[in-house]
Amino acid sequence: MDQPKALPTNYVTQPDKIATSKGKTVRTEEMIINMGPQHPSTHGVLRLEIIVDGEIIVDAIPHIGYLHRCFEKHAEHMTNYQQVIPYADRMDYVASMNNDWAFALAIERMMKIEVPERVEYIRVIMAELQRIASHLVALGTYGIDAGAFTPFLYCFRDREEILDLFEMTCGARLLYNYIWVGGVSHDLPQGFIEQAKEFCTYFKPKIKEFNDLLTYNEIFIKRTAHVGVLPRDVAINYACSGPMLRGSGVHWDLRRDDPYSVYHKFEWEVQTGKGEVGTVGDCWDRHIVRVREMEQSVKIIEQALASIPEGNVQSAIPKRIRPEPGDIYVRTETPRGELGFYVISDGSGSPYRVKARGPAFVNLSVLPEISRGAMIADLTLIVGSVDIVLGEVDR
Amino acid sequence: MTAQELLDTLSSRFGSAILESKLDVNQPWIKIDGNRAREICLFLRNEPSTRFDYLMCLSGVDYNDGTLGVVYHCSSMEHKHKIVLKAICSKDNPHCQSVSAVWGTANWHEREAFDMFGIIFDGHPDLRRILLPDDWEGHPLRKDYKVQEFYRGIRVPY
Repeated sequence: MDQPKALPTNYVTQPDKIATSKGKTVRTEEMIINMGPQHPSTHGVLRLEIIVDGEIIVDAIPHIGYLHRCFEKHAEHMTNYQQVIPYADRMDYVASMNNDWAFALAIERMMKIEVPERVEYIRVIMAELQRIASHLVALGTYGIDAGAFTPFLYCFRDREEILDLFEMTCGARLLYNYIWVGGVSHDLPQGFIEQAKEFCTYFKPKIKEFNDLLTYNEIFIKRTAHVGVLPRDVAINYACSGPMLRGSGVHWDLRRDDPYSVYHKFEWEVQTGKGEVGTVGDCWDRHIVRVREMEQSVKIIEQALASIPEGNVQSAIPKRIRPEPGDIYVRTETPRGELGFYVISDGSGSPYRVKARGPAFVNLSVLPEISRGAMIADLTLIVGSVDIVLGEVDR
Repeated sequence: MTAQELLDTLSSRFGSAILESKLDVNQPWIKIDGNRAREICLFLRNEPSTRFDYLMCLSGVDYNDGTLGVVYHCSSMEHKHKIVLKAICSKDNPHCQSVSAVWGTANWHEREAFDMFGIIFDGHPDLRRILLPDDWEGHPLRKDYKVQEFYRGIRVPY
């Protein structure tokens, strides 16, 4: 192999580009770097325009829209409200069940439809299973961002068990179209409850295993503690939601604070970041909130499985859904935070206007605020801790 | 604070900027003058009795009668109350005050409303398209939108 070439003897250093020991800092010109849209650590097609001074980020400007599929325009052109649900599936494709539910709930509230008790329980079980599956993707890929590959494989192994449960219920593994307006498409299949109970028993020790592998790993803590700190007031001003908001120490969860469905019947706690290893609101806090939410979700699922009532899985709704003219904004707590649908009806069979307020879209908008002053190497970790799904950011 | 109390507070303070309201519906709304949106929202956010610190959603709407609308869904974390504000502007001269100085989250929502409806938010720090390419023609969610024939030599309607 060739030896690296030595510097030529007449090489002259550039005086304004090197540090001196007399208190002068390294002065370089600001440089613009493009990160993405094909960068592996941007979790999709996100382009970040980064202005750097040396290794320090002066500003990070997200450019989105690469995955724009005109969800809102499509929704206006459907001939039926139910037809919007498969499109809602494809927004946040890591947590489709929650999207279905949010849209169905908006129409149900608009038409004042009461769904049977069994449906509420099925929806809670599905949404919480989906929350675990989604958090597993977020946490596993976050490990990769930090350079730990193994936890990712463990996460996907466990997520597979949940996808099997979903496949058993509705035949699909990613995009379910399961939760419909007025109910769900099928009842739970035979053996579902037993298998779901088995999953809960299986999964609980896995959280500890995951924590030992990644969360309390010293290298991981050093990479994520004190990094990307999102102060509480900035989080609220930017309307962050989900683990992003709770990581900053705000006790806020729509399942408790803007109640829907039967969540009030179960015992569970809202998890917040406490700055255990760093500052409140840093990347590690957002990470640990997700881990602890999985524990809470298991708790909810176990209680729901134990007390699920018998009954119908579709309420009697008109075949053609025609809400009264009017508008409604309904928000639900998805794994990423507040997913809201603003629906306007003009009394016809298709929506007049649907606006989707995606949690990832809003959470991403705070990125410039929390990445200023960070190092380039930390930016991937900051983006990872926001847990964006570009399908929902771009809709 | 109930919607009626809120309406009284706003009417006594802003008078002519409060145009219309409907409080007997599921989600009560108050129509405000879009050109005074910022001061009204700033008051709602800062006043201790209202404290609307969390803007849930900001949407653009085309009412298909020559007007465009901006709908603000505000909520308060402290008092857990909500209110919907609506502002109207004409389609020919769609101007509305930006509230991104009040709530940081409005920045991207307003960019989206500009992108999809062409509403110009006065005072917005960085008003450019967000989801569509910068050189796209027209605003797709307007009801009278006609898609362009070609985009950079590629046929658009399929």
